[in-house]
Amino acid sequence: MMRRVLIPALSGSIFGAGLALGGMTDPARVRGFLDLFGDWDPTLAFVMGGAVLVMVIAWQIQPKLIQPVFGGDFALPGTQDLTSRLIGGSALFGIGWGIAGLCPGPGIAALVIEPVSAAIFIVAMLAGMLLVRLFEGNA
Amino acid sequence: MTEPFVLTSFPDAAPMAGLAGGVLIGLAAALMLLGIGRIAGISGITARAAGISDSGLPRVSAWAFVIGLPLGALVVMLAKGGLPANFASPLYLVVAGLIVGVGTRLGSGCTSGHGVCGMSRFSQRSIVATITFMVTGFATVAAMNALGLEVLP
Repeated sequence: MMRRVLIPALSGSIFGAGLALGGMTDPARVRGFLDLFGDWDPTLAFVMGGAVLVMVIAWQIQPKLIQPVFGGDFALPGTQDLTSRLIGGSALFGIGWGIAGLCPGPGIAALVIEPVSAAIFIVAMLAGMLLVRLFEGNA
Repeated sequence: MTEPFVLTSFPDAAPMAGLAGGVLIGLAAALMLLGIGRIAGISGITARAAGISDSGLPRVSAWAFVIGLPLGALVVMLAKGGLPANFASPLYLVVAGLIVGVGTRLGSGCTSGHGVCGMSRFSQRSIVATITFMVTGFATVAAMNALGLEVLP
């Protein structure tokens, strides 16, 4: 129960609170950051910086643990292979991010702020994910 | 939160609220990593919850995380008495959503998985992915501005 439900629910809630507090649930803030050559808003850089700073410390602690605090095993992705799929997919993601100022986390968190708009974005995003799955199996 | 200080060159920025929000996001990701040994990559977790991906978290855990996101935002919204929200029109949301969905699956991650969790691990893959989506994000907004496409109200 703790490992399977409570910890992920707590993590998701803290994550959503952080997104909202940092202004990331407002697409105008995100697009303001991406508007580098216009009226630039650096707020997102502070959000990213704060999050990365904490996680740098967490990554120093992780190798010292034999297993996660609440049990189970570490299941962590590889870090080295640079593929055209990684780069092409990330390039596409950036284009979609720029168009509406939404990435997956803020899109979902915004369900309580602007339900209809957030739901439209989420359904379209799931459709895009499904397309990849249909074309090439489990991605 | 009222901003205790203002960046002179960028009066509209909210650096302290941004930093505080970022630290919360980092703590959430650290809880996933150290608590249950997983990456807090939201595109992957969402795909898992929706049954589009077979890998990663147990499905019930993916749902727990995904449901937490709006609940956490709700707490902040209630505490602050509302949050600004300027969203694009449905057509732009659909186009953007589709591209984000395809891109994050092909690229194996988004701002959370690559940007927060991967970069802090100094993962070569995540650093390249993050630079790539930042650059195309900057280019997309610049191109839309040049074309006079107003997206947000």
